[in-house]
Amino acid sequence: MEPGEIHALLGENGAGKSTLMNVLYGLYQPDEGEILVDGRPLRLKGPSDAIAAGIGMVHQHFMLVPVFTVAENVMLGAEQVKVPFAGFLDRRRARREVAEVSERYNLRVDPDAVVEDLPVGIQQRVEIVKALTRDVDLLILDEPTAVLTPQETDELLTVMRSLKAAGKSIVFITHKLGEVKAIADRITVIRRGRTVGTAEPTASRDELAALMVGRNVRLTVDKEPARPGKPVLEVAGLVVDDDRQVRAVDGVDLTVHAGEVLGVAGVQGNGQTELIEAIMGLRPTLAGTISLDGESTHGWSTKKVLRAGVGYVPEDRSVDGLVKEFSVAENLVLDIYDRPPFGKGLSLKPDAIAKSAKERIAQFDVRTSSADAAVGTLSGGNQQKVIVARELSRPLKLLIAAQPTRGVDVGSIEFIHSQVIHERDIGTAVMVVSSELDEVIGLADRIAVMYRGRVIGIVGPDTPREEIGLLMAGITPDTAARTANEGGAAATADEDAAAPAPEGPGNEDEA
Amino acid sequence: MTNPNPASGSPDKEPATEAQEARSEARATPTAPAGDTERAVTTTAPKQPPAEGPRPSLGRLFLENLWAANTVTVTVLAVVLAMLVGAVLIIVSDPEVLATYGYITARPADALNASWTVVSEAYANLFKGAVFDPDAVGFTAAMGPISETLTYTAPLVFTGLSVALAFRGGLFNIGAQGQATIGVILAAVAGFALPLPPGVHLLVALIAGALGGALWGFIPGILKARTGAHEVINTIMLNYVAVYFLSWIIVQSGVQNPTRSDAISKPVESSAQLPRLLGDDLRVHAGILLAVLATWFIAWLLNRSTLGFELRAVGANPDAARTAGISVTKTYVLVMVIAGLLAGLGGSNMVLGSTANALTPLVIAQIGFDGILVALLGRVKPWGVLLAALLFGALQAGGNRMQSYSGISLELVTVLQALIVIFIAAPALVKAIFQLRAARAARLQTSLAKGW
Repeated sequence: MEPGEIHALLGENGAGKSTLMNVLYGLYQPDEGEILVDGRPLRLKGPSDAIAAGIGMVHQHFMLVPVFTVAENVMLGAEQVKVPFAGFLDRRRARREVAEVSERYNLRVDPDAVVEDLPVGIQQRVEIVKALTRDVDLLILDEPTAVLTPQETDELLTVMRSLKAAGKSIVFITHKLGEVKAIADRITVIRRGRTVGTAEPTASRDELAALMVGRNVRLTVDKEPARPGKPVLEVAGLVVDDDRQVRAVDGVDLTVHAGEVLGVAGVQGNGQTELIEAIMGLRPTLAGTISLDGESTHGWSTKKVLRAGVGYVPEDRSVDGLVKEFSVAENLVLDIYDRPPFGKGLSLKPDAIAKSAKERIAQFDVRTSSADAAVGTLSGGNQQKVIVARELSRPLKLLIAAQPTRGVDVGSIEFIHSQVIHERDIGTAVMVVSSELDEVIGLADRIAVMYRGRVIGIVGPDTPREEIGLLMAGITPDTAARTANEGGAAATADEDAAAPAPEGPGNEDEA
Repeated sequence: MTNPNPASGSPDKEPATEAQEARSEARATPTAPAGDTERAVTTTAPKQPPAEGPRPSLGRLFLENLWAANTVTVTVLAVVLAMLVGAVLIIVSDPEVLATYGYITARPADALNASWTVVSEAYANLFKGAVFDPDAVGFTAAMGPISETLTYTAPLVFTGLSVALAFRGGLFNIGAQGQATIGVILAAVAGFALPLPPGVHLLVALIAGALGGALWGFIPGILKARTGAHEVINTIMLNYVAVYFLSWIIVQSGVQNPTRSDAISKPVESSAQLPRLLGDDLRVHAGILLAVLATWFIAWLLNRSTLGFELRAVGANPDAARTAGISVTKTYVLVMVIAGLLAGLGGSNMVLGSTANALTPLVIAQIGFDGILVALLGRVKPWGVLLAALLFGALQAGGNRMQSYSGISLELVTVLQALIVIFIAAPALVKAIFQLRAARAARLQTSLAKGW
């Protein structure tokens, strides 16, 4: 690592990136080998040694106390006291430090905000500020963009650039190729615990992906033109509230035909989650109708919706998709355990469950030590494959896949995408909801863009990304044109404001 | 060490190779899990070849596993630790022995001898009262301790299962005491108020007890499902309601024994009593058979039934269960009903068996609360609960003898039970004391603490 360098560490899930960084941060002890800092070997016994050596880390899952303010979180672990031994906390000094650091690196955070009220992107910034107040020279960011929206990712990259300008070195761990190409000075690819190569950011995405996975990977989805059949899912005038009783879906009309993929694009939090949950019978509808194959699903239980031939890949696999303590085999029958051949009446048929698990593990290439292993021990990509295997191994009329490849490595993304397209080709209606524009454009035959609980436009997949990006920011061609007529200055300002959104780092496929 | 697989240089996760290797291992030998543990234990060298040279012998594997931190080892060692602490308490609570410590520097043998005598005698009596008395003459005397142990065990199995089942369903059933109380009331009333032929009478009384418990489980279950009211609060409150209802109903005319002035109900008729298994002189009754049957049924229910699948899914991750179409609310209600039913049967045992034949305010003693301990000690697994109940039953039976022969108060037994559970609940402590190696079972213990 050079000073003032952004070094990207690239690798599949479970390749050993995080382990390596945990060794660097002193959380794990190396079995062999040395870490050299400024030419001197370093023995780290714990994170405090690492901080003393000028190494800071921002974990993938934030280590913040939700009910504390930003300043309190920043001083946590290095509390300053006013009167020695009396234990009065010097909050003012902590606040000043936060303000100073935010100022110096252009990281806007309010020292008095309570952490749990902040959006994820800002929380991450608090973590960075926390590391910077410890005077680190090397900052490790472990998959920082996994939880961020495209806009937040963009802001993070800006922050990283300003840190670089200030002479800090950054190790940036990720498996998103676009971000790496956007920001890294040097790229090291790790596979199965070994360095398999270094690359310049000028390397093409395909080259990087091949290095990561160890074989050639197709990043674009090959597919035939869709042959849409009759409408399977029809949503009309749907109104749904979210958990805080705030209107989340506000009059959505959608139709998904058999044999086509409808992509739902939109910045996260524009009602996509609530829309799907309403279709699945997980959330009450306040108005409007949902019908499946012409039959209204009003008042149906989730079980009935699933039984009617709807496959559902939930957005958050660890919360809604899997029971982590259950075995892979049990998770593979989580929604069909009570139907033949797996269950009959009150009794369960473990043999049938084990047999089908074995088949599906092979068919969907789930990498697990055995069918009896707890699903929580699998890597993210393999967990997602378990869900996909479960949903696709029964006859479906409609498949709803929400963020099907979030936090999943390149190899698994390719596989999941091909499975989704295969499902479409056998005549299933497919609805893919994703906040990754690339994914939506790659998979969908039609794209519905959601903005503030409404479908703001339905476009074809050949629509320019900029146009979809503008739609995601709530600007339809009509309104843009109208404002342009009314006053040119206002329109340009509007467009300028919206423009950064579609140009997120994840969206560089076309380059 | 040779490394047949050059790609696996790091001890980190390598999904592909590890998976393949584990799969081939599973195919090669049915004892793969044991081999796995062995491998996990020895992963200290940096370059670990996936397949070791000679396979360790069975005996060696057994020893390795014995000293690994698995459930059985930790449990046994927790009992040992509890008895050690108990020994200290016995010494401290005996003034004569304590006096010898006053001149321990002058004559240390005195103190040690006296301590050894009092402790060994106490534990010998505990054993004799619970398992077998070598001095006993004749069948009845020889079987006496076992009979007593099983008599105390039976109701604890039911309440233990009740708590364990609820726990697996994600609910903390503190209300086994109240459910058992309502169960005992209905069982007793059915036992003395209904004129029915033998056999049928017993069955009706048992069903009445079970239904009473089920009702008392249903209330917090439906409240939890419909309103989200926390089951811990509601079951505790219903415990009070049940206990005071018992005190009230005993003294009502028609229930109170007309020949007595104190708070005791009419006796249960003999036609409604559980038959004794080993003759009239020994107290062991058919309740223990029912308890084993219930254990088997709950084990089947949890692992081999669709209801058990739902229950475990809801217990482990209600969100995923709901998404998969399982009705979480229905499951909560069912779990509490079955838990209450079991506790109600446990209560029925106290009045239909040989422990008592009439209601008194303390008729069910502490079986509901002890059930929580039994469930935790049994690692919330049905057969584990049976074994834990057996241990508690033995301590209870042995404690009676320890009190009457060694003059050590019965409360010491309660202290021992508490200590055992504390050591079980803090497996890290046991492991640290005995320097146990980490084993896969370690993950289990954390699940015990998760309910809160």
